[in-house]
Amino acid sequence: MSDFPSWGRYPGGEQQGAYLASRRHAFPAHEGSVLPYGLGRSYGTSCQNLQGTVLSTKQLNQFIAFDADTGILHCEAGVTLAEILTVFIPKGWFLPVTPGTKYVTVAGAIANDVHGKNHVQAGSFSCHLHGFYLLRSDGTHFYCSATDNSEWFAATVGGIGLTGIISSALIQLKKINSRFVDSETIKYANLDEFFSLSDASEHTHEYTAAWLDCLAKGEHLGRGHFIRGNHADDGELALAKQKAKLSMPIVPPVSLVNGLSLRAFNQLYYHRQQQPKKQSKVDYDPFFYPLDGILHWNRMYGKNGFVQYQCVIPKAQAKEAIRAILQRISHAGEGSFLVVLKMMGDKAGKGLLSFPQEGVTLAIDFPFRGQKTLALLSALDTLVLQAAGRLYIAKDARMSADVFRRSYPQWQQLETMRDPAILSDFWRKVAL
Amino acid sequence: MNILIVGATSAIAKATAHRYAANGASFMLLGRNEQALDDLSRDLIVRGAESACFHVADFSQAGCLASTEEALANVCHVDLALIAHGVLGDQEVFQNDIEALNNMLYTNSISTLSILTLIANCMEKQGHGTIAYISSVAADRGRASNYAYGASKAIINTFLQGMRARLSRVGVNVLTIKLGFVDTPMTASIEKKGFLWAQPEDIALGIENAVAKRKAVVYLPWFWRFIMRIIMSIPDRIFNKLNI
Repeated sequence: MSDFPSWGRYPGGEQQGAYLASRRHAFPAHEGSVLPYGLGRSYGTSCQNLQGTVLSTKQLNQFIAFDADTGILHCEAGVTLAEILTVFIPKGWFLPVTPGTKYVTVAGAIANDVHGKNHVQAGSFSCHLHGFYLLRSDGTHFYCSATDNSEWFAATVGGIGLTGIISSALIQLKKINSRFVDSETIKYANLDEFFSLSDASEHTHEYTAAWLDCLAKGEHLGRGHFIRGNHADDGELALAKQKAKLSMPIVPPVSLVNGLSLRAFNQLYYHRQQQPKKQSKVDYDPFFYPLDGILHWNRMYGKNGFVQYQCVIPKAQAKEAIRAILQRISHAGEGSFLVVLKMMGDKAGKGLLSFPQEGVTLAIDFPFRGQKTLALLSALDTLVLQAAGRLYIAKDARMSADVFRRSYPQWQQLETMRDPAILSDFWRKVAL
Repeated sequence: MNILIVGATSAIAKATAHRYAANGASFMLLGRNEQALDDLSRDLIVRGAESACFHVADFSQAGCLASTEEALANVCHVDLALIAHGVLGDQEVFQNDIEALNNMLYTNSISTLSILTLIANCMEKQGHGTIAYISSVAADRGRASNYAYGASKAIINTFLQGMRARLSRVGVNVLTIKLGFVDTPMTASIEKKGFLWAQPEDIALGIENAVAKRKAVVYLPWFWRFIMRIIMSIPDRIFNKLNI
């Protein structure tokens, strides 16, 4: 296995890599193309450059300054969200926006303009980004923000690493008064109930998301558990002692996720909660990062790996399109344990290629079963495009150039600003 | 807790400092690169260190002794001294370039012996503290592929055995940390494959635990103890034919 894999382990391949040793160093000497690489949590081809080299930012892991009055943190590009939480929760600060894993770097969060369960209220990561330093292969190294070099700011946010190497960034942390979240899990029966719960929670709960049973059909279509929460206010900030983590130690020869295990899991999981509504106070870690509890969980899909499909559908078309997509998936009997549906608000991302838009986003894992999987996903693409939606590049391993260009019309602008030394397998396929 | 780190900007030293910074330690950092030391000291402050000062010292040159003395004079007492500087080098170069061999031995061995002597005398007066030295499994048995580096570490291991006996009488602990393969800039030129390679963060946790438990010798990760026991028990006539 490569030392620099992508998270979905599909399409895979042997990746050459090198390390960036200091934020003060010049753009590294290179033969062929390079691509900045954080923790490899992008699922498919956007963090791969098989014909060239990836440049790991793992060693750019230092904090630079923190202003306790304003909550502005300046840190190097390779600092992980996990490290920020460990250092700052005890001081009463939290990430303004966090994706479903804390094992991503700050630069990765910028390059994919990540979003979280609070998109409706908070927008995406770039809405809390003051600025960053960008190092380009022509030797320039400059600060970008909404006011300084703003065109580079817009191209780099959501720019999947193509405009240069982000060396450090200034992000806005937010005050919290507890490491706990007051959480509610509501069992709901179908898609309509999901939408009414979302509407009802819009102003009362900062964080909302739903897990759903992708095999449910007919009147049960879209049923699942609606999870909502707010930061608690009990003054408990000291972190709990870290427990040893479970880990998937090996890659099994075949996927452990198959029709049989999927049907059993989804049935059991949906009915696990007896009462319609359950309230609890949970630690930030299981609330925001349930999957980080099992290291290398991606290995359970076996040696063929898996693909994730995440789309966003604009609000006006959302109900109909999500219903059509779910019908298609449940009809095929495909999908996984991990299906997440959540609302997105009207705060636009700051990047040319920011993924979020006001509407609904659906994310589903599929064990990779060759042509069968690809055919299903292409059919879903058609439904997404019809509804004027788009796919999340960070999750993608198979989007066609046509689908990409139609859903991200500003791609040509990014291509003109791409650093000539930088390329990814994703960009090679969809833009060149 | 007052911590002195020699070779503070090495990846393992940095990861270890991060752990202690979270508990509010005070640092005196020694290293070659002023800018890197300044960056690290700021990083440690953000992470929760009470203070972080630094001194520039080049351990490939005789001047390093004076800088260490100066640094020691600036801290009233040291609870933990971590010696983490060193170079890996290339065995083939050392076989053909005696000057390169001597320079490596100066950095890895001679300077370390001097610094250890200074710190030992200081801690003996204090009557408490821990001296932790980052060694290598390469010192356990010389192998064709890197015996010069291994020998540069082995001399310190032997030196520390005696120093440990001497200082144990006044309550100072001496810890020898034998590392296996770690994914750091020092080993950047080696292709990293498989489960034998550890991350600096894992090593740092091991160091923190070994210091707290006042261990004498520790292998990190732990399984190297068994690997090295096997390697050391292989008879010469077989060992000489092995390509390791």
